Amino acid sequence: MQYEAVIGLEIHVQIKTRTKMFTAAPYEYGAAPNTLTDAVVLGLPGTLPVLNHTAIEKCAKLGLMLGCEIAEVCKWDRKNYFYPDSPKNYQLTQNEEPLCIGGKVEIELPGPSRNVEGEHRWVALNRIHLEEDPGKLTHEAFETVIDFNRAGVPLAEIVTEPDMSSSTEAVAFLNCLRNMIVYAGISDCDMEKGQMRCDANVSLRPVGSDKLGTRTEMKNLNSISNVKAAIEYEIERQTEILEEGGSITQETRRWDVESGTSFSLRSKEEAHDYRYFPDPDLMPVQMDRARVAELEAELPERPLDKQRRYQEELGLPFTITSVLCVDRELSEFFEEALKTHNAPKQIANYITNDLLRELSAVSEHGESAHSVGQSKLTPAHIATLAKIIDEGVISKQIGKEVFTEMFATGEMPDAIVEKKGLKQSNDTGEIEALCREAIAGNAKAVGQYKDGNEKALNALKGPVMKATKGKANPAMLDQLLKKLIDEGE
Amino acid sequence: MSETPHIDIDYVANLARLDMTDAEKAKLGTQLDDILGYFDKLNAVDVDGVEPMAHAHRVFNVWREGDQPGETYAPEVLTKMAPESRDNQVVVPKVVE
Repeated sequence: MQYEAVIGLEIHVQIKTRTKMFTAAPYEYGAAPNTLTDAVVLGLPGTLPVLNHTAIEKCAKLGLMLGCEIAEVCKWDRKNYFYPDSPKNYQLTQNEEPLCIGGKVEIELPGPSRNVEGEHRWVALNRIHLEEDPGKLTHEAFETVIDFNRAGVPLAEIVTEPDMSSSTEAVAFLNCLRNMIVYAGISDCDMEKGQMRCDANVSLRPVGSDKLGTRTEMKNLNSISNVKAAIEYEIERQTEILEEGGSITQETRRWDVESGTSFSLRSKEEAHDYRYFPDPDLMPVQMDRARVAELEAELPERPLDKQRRYQEELGLPFTITSVLCVDRELSEFFEEALKTHNAPKQIANYITNDLLRELSAVSEHGESAHSVGQSKLTPAHIATLAKIIDEGVISKQIGKEVFTEMFATGEMPDAIVEKKGLKQSNDTGEIEALCREAIAGNAKAVGQYKDGNEKALNALKGPVMKATKGKANPAMLDQLLKKLIDEGE
Repeated sequence: MSETPHIDIDYVANLARLDMTDAEKAKLGTQLDDILGYFDKLNAVDVDGVEPMAHAHRVFNVWREGDQPGETYAPEVLTKMAPESRDNQVVVPKVVE
């Protein structure tokens, strides 16, 4: 029998706020252990949680970005469990009435090669709820140590429908999701810092069946490559069991990065029973519809919408839009440059080739400046450079030299051209003399040209370019050489 | 009421991570059944047409605005309360979920 996989993901994303979900204790990654707590974080007797309005609005914005419906009213419940990552033995979460309902995310699958755009499809979401992060446990040889800095950080849990069928789709989903969340400024989604974490639910069913099989849940997937490896391992494991006539046990499994395998944590017999009940300390939230509309209006254009627009309206190829659109800062830099000089292709080329190359070279040298915002270049630099090339003031060749110079110094390209005397030479007299010399010095190339080989002209252009240090206008040079050879006949 | 409500004391004790003797189980089990029986009286109330509510008062949107960081505790406040600590972290027996 042929089986197909059904995959659903649960993604936890730390919402970027200065303070925690239910108290004003601050949070930042990498602080010394247990320096970011207060009475509410530690769940001391007599303390009361108070909702963080900023976190609620950011979570609503996340929901809007992902096409969710924002609930009229939402509320918080207690999820009771005993585990040392929770100081108060329950987690405040939204079980019954989450803030964001439904939703869908457009994903782009990999194409047949890097340069070719892949298929797009939509992945349905079930909900997004807003809860608190637990503390961080570090398991040592014989003991576990606890740092509560992370406890209480606003955490959005994005739950998809079982709507994916391969590890490739899951990876595409996570990449597209991350791009959107970073775009909207809701989280930096740095998986290494725990800002985005993923659990994967996997089940198999006979191809064509519409009934879901027994699923397992994979925990501890803290990088996109782990998600991919864990899903592939689980599909293989379940396929083997089913092919041997066995059945799948509903269980939670932990992915072990080092061995590249997963092992069972707890089975259905001891399934979760969290005894959820509404938290009596927190009042429900009623989302003001006018405010929701305002939040929606603040959303940035979604990366894949932008990619479509750049392709359709600006005529840019996928090889460029795929680089330009995943980075909001880069695409805004690009659009700003267009305001100075409306030449999308040239400007996009400068940004995605020259600028990114120089930026990565800087990063490789261990210096900190590696993002567009940190470089000395402004959109006006790139736009001006493209403009003076289009106007024939300098050649493309000289443009490269100017680019390197302006990247290093931050000087405007026209100033560099002026200072270094790089203006393209349109002095026909001087160039004509050089052309005559070149024609006289290379009878072979002239002969080839006359026999119809246009390329032979390049052999004549070389010396002229060299003599003018690249400043001769190539188009003019071309015409002049042809004219002189024709006249010489 | 059709049935006397009953609580599975072993199951609940396990959820609460409580280790109890058989005598304690018998005693507490009966008491909990009585408590449930008392709450069962609520089932006799006709709540048709009454909207479910999360709180006795219809109060919404009690929140903190501005996202301004407040005071924090020194790590010692926590570690002094813990039976064991090291390098400002609480130490517990090894637990892997």
